Amino acid sequence: MTASFFIRRIAYGLLLMLGVVILNFLLIRLAPGDPAVVIAGEMGGIDAQMLAAIRADYGLDKPLPTQLWIYLSNVVQGNLGESFFFNQPVATLISARIGPTILLVLTAQVLSIVIGMFLGVIAARKPNGPLSGFVSVFATIGYAVPVFWTGIMLVILFASVFPIFPVEGMRSVRLRDAGPIAQFFDVAHHLVLPAFTLAIIYLAQYARLSRASMMDVLGSDYIRTARAKGATEQSVLFKHALRNAALPILTVAGLQFGNLISGALLVETVFNWPGMGRLAFDSILRRNYPTVLGVLFFAAAMVVAANILTDLSYRWADPRLRGRE
Amino acid sequence: MTEPTVPEPYVAESPGREAWRMYSRNRTALFGLGLLFVILAITFYGSFFYAGDAYDIVWAPHEPPMVTPEFPLGTDYLGRDIVTGMLKGGGPTMAVGAAAALITMVIGVSLGALAGFYGGWIDTALMRFTEFFQVLPALLFAMVLVTLFSPSLWTIAFAIGVVSWPQTARLTRAEFMKIKELEYVTAARAIGAKNTRIIWKVILPNAAPPLIVSAALTIGVAILFEAGLSFLGLGDPNVMSWGLMIGANRDQLLDAWWPVTFPGLAIFLTVLAVSLVGDGLNDAFNPKLRER
Repeated sequence: MTASFFIRRIAYGLLLMLGVVILNFLLIRLAPGDPAVVIAGEMGGIDAQMLAAIRADYGLDKPLPTQLWIYLSNVVQGNLGESFFFNQPVATLISARIGPTILLVLTAQVLSIVIGMFLGVIAARKPNGPLSGFVSVFATIGYAVPVFWTGIMLVILFASVFPIFPVEGMRSVRLRDAGPIAQFFDVAHHLVLPAFTLAIIYLAQYARLSRASMMDVLGSDYIRTARAKGATEQSVLFKHALRNAALPILTVAGLQFGNLISGALLVETVFNWPGMGRLAFDSILRRNYPTVLGVLFFAAAMVVAANILTDLSYRWADPRLRGRE
Repeated sequence: MTEPTVPEPYVAESPGREAWRMYSRNRTALFGLGLLFVILAITFYGSFFYAGDAYDIVWAPHEPPMVTPEFPLGTDYLGRDIVTGMLKGGGPTMAVGAAAALITMVIGVSLGALAGFYGGWIDTALMRFTEFFQVLPALLFAMVLVTLFSPSLWTIAFAIGVVSWPQTARLTRAEFMKIKELEYVTAARAIGAKNTRIIWKVILPNAAPPLIVSAALTIGVAILFEAGLSFLGLGDPNVMSWGLMIGANRDQLLDAWWPVTFPGLAIFLTVLAVSLVGDGLNDAFNPKLRER
């Protein structure tokens, strides 16, 4: 039953990705100007020969459905176009940049969920206590601060006042030939500020959400039963209550994934993190549309994958859903 | 003999008045409203009475704040006055935020109302469409739209609207699905009201409270979006905005903290004010909190 659910979920995900490809195709066609020039992008003086080559490659002289078919079959074969500036296929460019983005986004996601839930659980024990007040103030502020500005403030703070974390890039040049362990710690060291910048907004939201959710759960009968049978406070909070209170957070975390990627785009720009966001930004400034649309494609794929994982983990966490389709 | 006392006829309070009575009891919400008025007043009157052009170079670069009396917040890397930039940059930021929120609400409410009211295949099709848009990371999609269609205040507002409507659509759909089953809708149908009338005149006014709250929060998100796009240099290059100021001064942030700090503070306070108003409206419309 779960297997068929899984297969249908993946099929639907592929359908959504097909939609993204068609959207990309439409965007190139809808942009003002000659699509061949749009595809060639950054090159100022495009020679006629190059334009003719692009027209032939993309079949731009053929009717629209044929063009769409050519575009689709190119994408299916992993051909997302060329970046003339980097002189590399877009797929190669992105595959070099997707790892750092995933690292940043996942670290921020884990940090915000773990710390946010921890704060929320503690705050829920005293709904009118100081920590509860702090959590709701922090959540309101976290929602209103522009994420790139938080990053910039942290850069100023840690570059000039407390120089303990690097504020730029992902690796130190002097450690380029160091062993894997030194490299690991180097990347982790560089990751601290970008990941926290990105995590802060969501951390505050998850704290508020898990506080509300825990307060709901703590009033229920099975918690009273657990207390009555003499379970320790710790076991009541973290075993009985948290398991049930975690479900809404899982849902929101899945829904937020797209926003997290949007935030990563800005954070990567602030900290010069060598990820897809930085690549998208550089490519947009050079009007290199194939790369930008390629990044849009891969970012959407990440969101689709995250949604499928959320659905699966939801079924794993809530046995009541397992029997249902 | 005294006149017999006639009981005052009971007059029901109008929903708007009742909401305001609830709102005005909430100190945080009043603070948000006050802050919003102050920010609007400063940027509105400031841009009128402050003669300078935000792009003019008026002094030496990187003059620190509180040193020269004419430039209380200092100057940026080109020697442009930060106060002028803040005053002139606030209007466009808020205008784009408001326009984008309006576009978001128009798209989201229309699609959500259709899906929730008609149900069936219309609902399925529209919800699939909504899910598709939710897969696209909003800021990236907005970046693509703005670059493809050359940045102007309208393109930016439009792009932000196009990427942010799905949540509003879902909310509207849920409200419509709930309300269309209620008795007064059946009653309206019984006296022969047409579907369009039921959607606009019967259900929509009753679905308004959560939508108004969502509109307030959407303005906040839209301002953050505009700031992000301008920060990346994708805003209208001819219009000063808070995000643009931060983006332009970013490369020199270790030499001068003030050109990036003050505009960011302004964005933060504006979004904070809008979201406090949104939270306050949410509480004011919530009948569960009314009897407190």
